[in-house]
Amino acid sequence: MSNAENQTVVIVDQHLESTLDSVDASEERVKNLAAEIGFVEDDAYQLGYAVREAMVNAVVHGNGYSANKLVHFVLSRCGASIDILIEDEGQGFVPERQADPLAEENLLNQSGRGIMIIRAFVDEFSIERAATGGTRVFLRKSLPPGT
Amino acid sequence: MSVKLTTRQIGDVTVIDAAGRITLGEGSSTFRDSIKELTAKGHKKVLLNLGEVSYIDSSGIGELVSGFTTVSNAGGQLKLLKLTKRIQDLLQITKLYTIFEVFDDEAAGLASFN
Repeated sequence: MSNAENQTVVIVDQHLESTLDSVDASEERVKNLAAEIGFVEDDAYQLGYAVREAMVNAVVHGNGYSANKLVHFVLSRCGASIDILIEDEGQGFVPERQADPLAEENLLNQSGRGIMIIRAFVDEFSIERAATGGTRVFLRKSLPPGT
Repeated sequence: MSVKLTTRQIGDVTVIDAAGRITLGEGSSTFRDSIKELTAKGHKKVLLNLGEVSYIDSSGIGELVSGFTTVSNAGGQLKLLKLTKRIQDLLQITKLYTIFEVFDDEAAGLASFN
């Protein structure tokens, strides 16, 4: 693949309100891009699902639906991959402190499964503390080789 | 479309036919309220048909678990019917297939309560 094909092209770079409408819009935008560049329906669904979960975390758990806090959403294409960066303005999140949702004693917990599903549905996922103190997550899903 | 729930009574089993999306917000609260209402009315055998559910997020999955717990705590059973491939995959990833009894066939699901 040439360098030009590997260049990152930013498709969307927005600061979104902390609402469920922002969650819906982000999921839809990502699924549409995935379909446009040739992801099969199941892969587009998985990427959209992962983005929805990450956006819910940002809107609900990070920003607490605050009208004064925004979610930074960046959608990019890099060669055969779609990259998404989501950053909230919350208090930060320490994944190590989260109970293991697969542990026998936690299976009946009502919440705490989102990150596990994100990891299952994308090829790369990372969480870090943003410069603002909030949480910044990165997701990448790639077209299968030879697609 | 948010989730639409329709209830049928077959013998002593309450079948809930769910259709649409069970996601954070209206969809998950509709589901939660419905299960609580049924339990409060004494319905203890609940078969939840998810065959027409097009999408369920982690919040919706949490509501399934919560519904299971609510019915169990009341001395009843909540079982699942007709899972789509995507919901099956989610139950595999979350290991919840070890919690729920799942049926593809309604008659088998109904019979399992007796």
